[in-house]
Amino acid sequence: MSDPITRPGVAAPRDGADQPGTDERRPGMSERGIGLLGERKKARLDELARASADKGGVSLVRDAIRRLRRNPVAIVGASIVALFVLMAIFAPLLAPHDPAQRFDELTKNLTVDNIPGASSEFPLGSDPLGRDFFSRMIYGARQTLFVGVVATMIGLGLGVLIGAIAGAFGGWVDNILMRFTDVMLALPALLLAISLVAMASRSSQWTVIFAVAIVNLPIFARLLRGSMLAQRESDHVLAARALGVKQRNIVLRHMLPNAMTAVIVQATLTLSTAILEAASLSFLGLGDPDINRAEWGLMLGVDGQRYFEVRPELAYYPALAIIVVALGFTLLGEAMREAIDPKNRR
Amino acid sequence: MLRVIVRRLLQLAVTLIALSALIFIWLRNLPGGPIEALLGERATPERRALLTKALGYDQPILVQYAKFMQRVLTGDFGNSIRTGDPVTEVIGRAFPATIELALVAMIIAIGLGVPLGYLAARHHGRLLDNLSIAGTLLGISIPIFFLGYLLKDVFTQNIHWFPPSGRLSTGVDNTEVTGFFVLDGLLTREFDATADALWHLILPAFTLATIPLAVIVRITRASVLDVLNEDYVRTAEAKGLRHRVIRGRHILRNALLPVVTTIGLQTGALLSGAVLTEKVYNWGGLGTLITDSISGGRDYPVLQTLILLAALVFVVVNLLVDLSYAFIDPRVRVR
Repeated sequence: MSDPITRPGVAAPRDGADQPGTDERRPGMSERGIGLLGERKKARLDELARASADKGGVSLVRDAIRRLRRNPVAIVGASIVALFVLMAIFAPLLAPHDPAQRFDELTKNLTVDNIPGASSEFPLGSDPLGRDFFSRMIYGARQTLFVGVVATMIGLGLGVLIGAIAGAFGGWVDNILMRFTDVMLALPALLLAISLVAMASRSSQWTVIFAVAIVNLPIFARLLRGSMLAQRESDHVLAARALGVKQRNIVLRHMLPNAMTAVIVQATLTLSTAILEAASLSFLGLGDPDINRAEWGLMLGVDGQRYFEVRPELAYYPALAIIVVALGFTLLGEAMREAIDPKNRR
Repeated sequence: MLRVIVRRLLQLAVTLIALSALIFIWLRNLPGGPIEALLGERATPERRALLTKALGYDQPILVQYAKFMQRVLTGDFGNSIRTGDPVTEVIGRAFPATIELALVAMIIAIGLGVPLGYLAARHHGRLLDNLSIAGTLLGISIPIFFLGYLLKDVFTQNIHWFPPSGRLSTGVDNTEVTGFFVLDGLLTREFDATADALWHLILPAFTLATIPLAVIVRITRASVLDVLNEDYVRTAEAKGLRHRVIRGRHILRNALLPVVTTIGLQTGALLSGAVLTEKVYNWGGLGTLITDSISGGRDYPVLQTLILLAALVFVVVNLLVDLSYAFIDPRVRVR
């Protein structure tokens, strides 16, 4: 049987073409035809989608989570992070005392070369101002988490904005934005943070957060841009474009979500460096000047350093806390990176 | 090749000029500026205006920048506001101290990091490998200034192996030639000064080396692991080549390319770390200068030159690293 469509010179018989008198119905017919075709196409697509799902295909994220749950490194990291977050949330319930209150029984024993150690009421002893060090350590989780998370979120937000614009537009927009990040990356991280803090008239908690955020901004921007540019030429974007999806929707719904996994992994790793960088700034005397604030980096960088000879525990405990938490975020981040790496897919 | 170098140099120049403009404008908008620092908060407005004019801070910022660039091109970076000495002199005094420290730290990081990473890869999945992974994770999670205090406490207070701070013991004579104390001792044949300088260098250099060491071990390990799975290594082994030849010519030569990149990028970590390490050990280098220039009333001329210098060092080292690929990897040369 010959196919009339593919045979040249033979007109394909159209619906109602050989039936005079039904001409006025043709537009309606063809519209319904297209509608029908659309329905059929949709059904076929659904069928195909179901078929591939039946073959055990799972989304990248679900697959990654499945692998994460079997990875002991991820479990250790996640447990540390969970413990840290719980401690931050329930700090008022866990801490026996007000972290800002100065106790007479502690202050009266404070001298130049003596800071009272542990007692039954104060498990970790006193800090240099006669406050309960144990309660300050617990409240410290809260402030440290706050500094780390807010700095990372700001850096991520601005970085993603710049990276997404560069990656979506490409060309000269990309060029200008990337030269800008190059300039930022040309400065070593801590030096950039130092110059940013120096910009403020008085340092505060927010100058520290801001400086740490800006330091991490170009990393997020570069990462996202690279991943978006790689997708511009990929099949699924081409398919979306061919289907006539709007440019805005291609960027927001097809490219960005696929590029975000790498950014989220990086954010987990950044949480650890953000906490360490904030501690470094405190150590250099560029940190938060609020003496009532209990934040581990501040406690280690200021009191820990100043009273290291008198009572090294003032440095040991915050340092240990920072190391464990930084380790937790790093382990979790590394495990996540490994899990989403297609090389490890099975 | 030449074309690549020229293009990279141009890019580098553009980056540095943009950075210099940014830093210049930005530092001048700092509140609590040098006028307050010099005169104190209670100075009369007249004196303040006079000094502002004398320092040229009353002119439009672009004019100030143009004048600054003009002077920079003739090698004049202005005078320190705090001490009045030329910036080049102030920085020149501190520069060798930091470079000496950073170089020794880098030698430690590479000298220990590459063999350790190689061994870890060779013992993949066994005790040594796991220990090295744990060590590197700890290395990047510990605040290095805390590690510095810890090392200082153990090795100078508990057991007196090393001096607690400074670059030379009091009473040791050295003649300054280059400012690099180890080198100076060798040049002037004052070997006791060289020994003393090295003795002072060990603790700070180890402290500073922590992060680069951890990163180099990780990268070397990962890179060697990749190469170990290659067919040509198996072929070399099957041919019965000597172990040393396989290790040197087949494994390390191929595995070191990512390591070299990392070494370039770690220059940044070294410069950042130097600021912290120098404070712990009273080192008196660029790091100390930077903190002093900020806390002792923003010393703009010193600050901006320091920041530019750090950027210059970082960018140039990374350029050299990129260019060195051609020597390590013949495939790059062809392109």
